[in-house]
Amino acid sequence: MKNLPKWIDLVLIPAINLFLAFMISGLVVVYIGENPFRAMQIIINGSLGSAYGLGYTLYYATNFIFTGLAVAVAFHARMFNIGGEGQAMIGGLGTALVCLFIDWPHWTIALPFAIMSAALFGAAWSAIPAYLQARRGSHIVITTIMFNFIAYSMMVYLLVHVLKPKGQMAPESAKFVAGSNLPSAHDIFGWFGMAFPKSPPLNVTFLLAMLACFLIWLFIWRTRMGYAIRAFGWSETAAVYAGISPFKIIMVTMLVSGGLAGMMSINSVMGEAERLLIDSVQGAGFVGIAAALMGRSHPLGVFLAAVLFGVLYQGGAELEFEMPAVSREMIVVIQALVILFTGALENLVRVPIGRIFMKLNAKQN
Amino acid sequence: MDTKVQHDSAAPMIELRGISKSFGPVQANKNINLKVSKGSIHGIVGENGAGKSTLMSILYGFYKSDSGEIYINGKQINITDSHVAIEAGIGMVHQHFKLVENFTVLENVILGMENSFLINTALNNARVLLSELASTYSLEVDPDALIEDLSVGHQQRVEILKALYRQADILILDEPTGVLTPAEADHLFNILRNLSKEGKTIILITHKLKEIMSVTDTVSVMRRGEMTATLETSKTTPQELAELMVGRSVLLRIEKDATEVGGKSLEVHNLSVMDKRGVTALKNVSFHVRKGEILGIAGVAGNGQTELLEALGGISPATGTMKIDGEEIPLHDKGSDARSRREYGVSHVPEDRQKLGLILDFFAWENIAFGYHHNDEFNKNWLLMDNRKTREIARQEMAKFDIRPPTPNNLVKNFSGGNQQKIVLARELEQNPKVLIVGQPTRGVDIGAIEFIHQKIIELRNKGVAILLVSVELDEIFSLSDRVAVLFDGKIIGERITEETNESELGLLMAGIEDGPEEQPAMESVA
Amino acid sequence: MDYLTIIQILDSMLRLSAPLIFACLAGLFSERSGIFDIGLEGKMLASAFFSAAVAAATGSVWLGLMAGLTASMILAAIHGFASITFQGNQLISGVAINFLASGMTALIGQNWFRLGGRTPSLSGDGRFLPIEFPFAESIGKIPFLGPIYSELLSGHTILVYVALLTVPLTWWLLFKTRFGLRLRAVGENPEAVDTGGVSVSFLRYRAVLICGLLCGLGGAYLATGMAAGFIRDMTAGKGFIALAALIFAKWRPAYALYACLLFGFLEAIAIRYQNITIEGVGTIPVQFMQALPYILTIVILAGLVGKAIPPKAGGEPYVKER
Repeated sequence: MKNLPKWIDLVLIPAINLFLAFMISGLVVVYIGENPFRAMQIIINGSLGSAYGLGYTLYYATNFIFTGLAVAVAFHARMFNIGGEGQAMIGGLGTALVCLFIDWPHWTIALPFAIMSAALFGAAWSAIPAYLQARRGSHIVITTIMFNFIAYSMMVYLLVHVLKPKGQMAPESAKFVAGSNLPSAHDIFGWFGMAFPKSPPLNVTFLLAMLACFLIWLFIWRTRMGYAIRAFGWSETAAVYAGISPFKIIMVTMLVSGGLAGMMSINSVMGEAERLLIDSVQGAGFVGIAAALMGRSHPLGVFLAAVLFGVLYQGGAELEFEMPAVSREMIVVIQALVILFTGALENLVRVPIGRIFMKLNAKQN
Repeated sequence: MDTKVQHDSAAPMIELRGISKSFGPVQANKNINLKVSKGSIHGIVGENGAGKSTLMSILYGFYKSDSGEIYINGKQINITDSHVAIEAGIGMVHQHFKLVENFTVLENVILGMENSFLINTALNNARVLLSELASTYSLEVDPDALIEDLSVGHQQRVEILKALYRQADILILDEPTGVLTPAEADHLFNILRNLSKEGKTIILITHKLKEIMSVTDTVSVMRRGEMTATLETSKTTPQELAELMVGRSVLLRIEKDATEVGGKSLEVHNLSVMDKRGVTALKNVSFHVRKGEILGIAGVAGNGQTELLEALGGISPATGTMKIDGEEIPLHDKGSDARSRREYGVSHVPEDRQKLGLILDFFAWENIAFGYHHNDEFNKNWLLMDNRKTREIARQEMAKFDIRPPTPNNLVKNFSGGNQQKIVLARELEQNPKVLIVGQPTRGVDIGAIEFIHQKIIELRNKGVAILLVSVELDEIFSLSDRVAVLFDGKIIGERITEETNESELGLLMAGIEDGPEEQPAMESVA
Repeated sequence: MDYLTIIQILDSMLRLSAPLIFACLAGLFSERSGIFDIGLEGKMLASAFFSAAVAAATGSVWLGLMAGLTASMILAAIHGFASITFQGNQLISGVAINFLASGMTALIGQNWFRLGGRTPSLSGDGRFLPIEFPFAESIGKIPFLGPIYSELLSGHTILVYVALLTVPLTWWLLFKTRFGLRLRAVGENPEAVDTGGVSVSFLRYRAVLICGLLCGLGGAYLATGMAAGFIRDMTAGKGFIALAALIFAKWRPAYALYACLLFGFLEAIAIRYQNITIEGVGTIPVQFMQALPYILTIVILAGLVGKAIPPKAGGEPYVKER
């Protein structure tokens, strides 16, 4: 396609795609026999209408920001990291090891180490697929899928046989040391004398996620490595002409991507559960794909898309409560449709929009 | 096929009337007319991008022409897709073979012509036919061999067999000898002669004049999308064809003063390169370029120019030695990448700006740092690039090189070809290189920009930079270079001082006619 | 381990391999034509749900099977639409299809049956029942060979036998017919097919639809043969194991059968023995057995044991005009 103005590419087309996804979901709601507009209202009220709802919405969004950034960074090098799920799981292991066995005096000291450990574990989990892609040409999508499953089996083994305290039934680790517990939104607002409900799991990691958005933006658009990654993503032949090593780009990109996915566990494992559970990721690795596609691989876009999916996840839970006929899997359907329209069926909207635009342009001249 | 349409024996086997085809803004074919008579071998010569392949793809139904008519054996045919072309008896051997590599020869031959749901019968029929064809045309090939195990020459025979299995009366061969050894090429020409004796009509697309002279009956010349001449081969000469190919368009001779020529800056000795198919594309090439000198590398496209540029630019590994100001530079493994090459002071304007020289989806200012993004001038500190300063540098360079529009905040794909080329040139020239290697600097560039680009290259030479200019445009070679070396078949087959040679002499060298004894015979001029 | 145990494990291997064989061959058709498909899982899931749902509602497993096949083929058509007609990213499309199936089945399941996403239990004509071979009982008494007939070969549902028959059928279709020749060619070099005057899109659509059909059979078997009804996300990664088997088999039908039997065998072992203790080596945890198919595939992909080379044109939409 010829170059469309930026606002069409960044705002109009994603908006139309989102609209299509919502429209089809709405039809499904109608089929189920409920009013889609009321469903929408419940979702929005439940997720944004109260501090309580907002606390959950942003907690989910924090997870999706990390996994979304992970997918987005890889997209810049034209790589599809579908292994966020496994990388986040193994990242959770990294977090847990730091928080289980060291008696931290204060969370501010524990946090940097936990971040490092989570990122390192997540990155390590993406290193083998990255290496196989760079040196052997094994398709990164296939290898990262396999690594998701291997990660899951490994976590089950570790939790059942290694990390589970004696005498406990549930396959989960012991509770983390108290010094590693992160302040929740309730605590933070409390410091400033403000009230925030106690139950939502929103915690200080949300701020970390925003910082990550900024740092990734800096990395991709302001550093030499980011420059090289983008160049490689657009044209591998030109990158080689410019002296950029494809091997290095693939490795660095995937390690950063895996590290980001791993850091999701700071929110879910260290911030919320405060112990390692078998399924600490709960599909967030896949939601990241939708968030990255929706957000056009830009950190700001990923942030907004992550909040949108946070709204859907929290609102979906409310929806199930208010409209028992519509289960929360409605959200998975919407998510699938968003991926379908923004990712796979991109040309369905882009080509006609491009044509309309060209015609309008021709008329003006 | 053989219809009751009144059969005019004088009607040409193939007739094209007014064929035109555009790809976006590029007009690949302009109002082409052509007649080829039955049983003849007709050559079409022209440079890369002259529109030969496009024309033949239209004849074969792979592209649709925008206008024009095609007559086969006197009958107008609307060739909408390859299927229609095959029905009309047209077979094509593409430059890049359309074979399934892990299929056997037989499977490839019957693909698309299986005739029944089970393929056994077709395989058996093909096996019989293949053995017949093998004896008639000396087209021997093992029917059960996998394509990937065959030599390139044999793969080409499979393509010909495919066409004959489809009962083709017309055979189009697109640059058939590009990948063949001389012996294989000779064998191919024998096959073609046999085929034409049996009444098949053959179109041979090539840029090798020697082949045209040795095998064709008639020949057409294409240049910049137009058919400029159709001649009888016996009544023309390689020189005439070379001149028609390169064209005698506006001569833009640049005023260039003699300069102080310094010591040897770039020295290359015994440079050899294997291309992706494992064929040796450059064979023991040696030359040097002095400071303040332009060495032109002339030659018909496809004789090793691309490989030479890529080896010198650090894109692909090579063997031999390369020295800059006496210092040896690795040609393979560690330290042979393009970034190290730049650090040694070699700037490279690649022949394909869109695939190599630019990131089309980057802004102009981002492209100004491309390849030099590690240099201090584009960086704030150890971590961050200085985008503001890069934009400022881009603005200055764009003004200096008269790039339009002069806005750094514009995606490179929105610039015209000439302005894109100027962006590459601005970037590479402004790095004050010791050595500049340039490939086809004015390909697809409008006249005004050509003159400007030439001036800039001369300016750099006058500053004392050693410049290697690879160009298939003889005009360009003559107007810029101080010395000329001619590349043919991966070897340098002759070298001349520009002032002391002429286009006819170079044309002979370009056609692969090696240096004879000292003196060149006087040429009857063809003006 | 006594003889009868071995027979029983092999019996359970056959049962567990059948859905893998269907899905693996499904992937084989699609990928051989140049369309990557990581949405096998989703298509199986959709078929599992709709076959069980319709079987539960009508009491006829055959009607259920039809519904399952239809659902799976609709998803396949969406994949074809995105990857062939709209030249979209085949991997992203596959991901979307998996989610679509996962969400839709749970959503509609809850809406139709209010059983938390399950379908009602199937019984009688509502499911495929084991087929006992003639004289199974008396032949079973013959020592050694008898149990192979009566325990291992006899007593599966019809779809298990169909799965086994699909393997030679696939081989025949792929290597002996015009359709197969063209299908294999289009996955390697679509230009060869196009210049031969054959439509690339039509070929690929057919391959993708066959993929949908076979996934549908696999899914229907899960819900109406192996189990007696649908439960949420009941495919539990089988689509991905099948994908792994496909790579393991290097995209060849006979090897696909072996790979699926191997992976089915591993699963059978894992189900029967939670942890296997080998003298002197230690205990192999069940989780390792579950991960083994994926680990083996990575080893193959790494080129440590023979390199797996996918169809050359796979994953790339075919664009003719330059």
